[in-house]
Amino acid sequence: MKAKLVITPKKAVLDPQGKTVANALEHMGYAGVTGVRVGKYIEIDLAPGTSATDAHNALNEAALRFLSNPVIEDYRLEIVE
Amino acid sequence: MTTASVMRFAILQFPASNCDQDCVHALRVLGSQAKLVWHKDTSLGEVDAVIVPGGFSYGDALRCGAIARFSPVMQAVSRFADNGGLVLGICNGFQILCEAGLLPGALIRNRDLRFHCEQVFLKTANFETPFTSEVRRDGVPLRIPIAHGEGCYFADAPTLDRLQAQRQILWQYCDASGAVTEAANPNGSVLNIAGIANERFNVAGLMPHPDRAVEGILGTEDGRGILNSMILALESRRASAVAVA
Repeated sequence: MKAKLVITPKKAVLDPQGKTVANALEHMGYAGVTGVRVGKYIEIDLAPGTSATDAHNALNEAALRFLSNPVIEDYRLEIVE
Repeated sequence: MTTASVMRFAILQFPASNCDQDCVHALRVLGSQAKLVWHKDTSLGEVDAVIVPGGFSYGDALRCGAIARFSPVMQAVSRFADNGGLVLGICNGFQILCEAGLLPGALIRNRDLRFHCEQVFLKTANFETPFTSEVRRDGVPLRIPIAHGEGCYFADAPTLDRLQAQRQILWQYCDASGAVTEAANPNGSVLNIAGIANERFNVAGLMPHPDRAVEGILGTEDGRGILNSMILALESRRASAVAVA
């Protein structure tokens, strides 16, 4: 059982890394790319038999308090078997 | 009364702090006492002010300051700040105070993705604070070094409005003439913000290093004004406490 947390910079936040990657994609000839945001992916192993709801609630709190910074980042949390 | 005029600073020490000793040295040069307080300590002891120094606490894992803010000592710092104690965060210390919610906003990667280690010019935007009262007021900008890769200050529009309305912006990056320009902004900070204070003006943070600018041999003594402002504020607090007693 795992939790998957995807963290991305908020729209209003400068993302120079994303911009550089977008420029590189364009130079490489990948057409149609209109924007790139570079974020983080965190994978958390969970003990077998953990309640998915409990895990979601607990890690949602951890994501808000610690794993992401709500001032600059959005996140998406998913619990998978 | 013999030590009444000597102010006692606590300098926090996290794993991978690297300006802790610079802060101790700078404060001693200015005639204050300074002691190191380990991040696992739950109490600050008898101190008049706290400095959260620069460095790379916890190797900047996850985000700069994100892990340090949960250190036991930060609980003590929060209580100290809630009680009106003076707290200054420098560089990584600024990042930690933002992560801890003691200051608004956040610090993100420099706009050019590069680490900047250089002297910058700072315009002081509010002289009526415990961190700026002794800073030169002749219009000449401060010259103070920066050394950071993630010093781009960000806050959302309502927060910026509040910072401006309440004059919480203390320092802005400027050019040698004191003009706040885009070219003088080393990291992409909104409004060229180099340092801010909280609403009560007892907690402040800045990316530049006043601790590295108190002796001429290092090229600039302009950091003295900032640290001396804190010392003077503490002295007048103590004097009024004595007067009341």
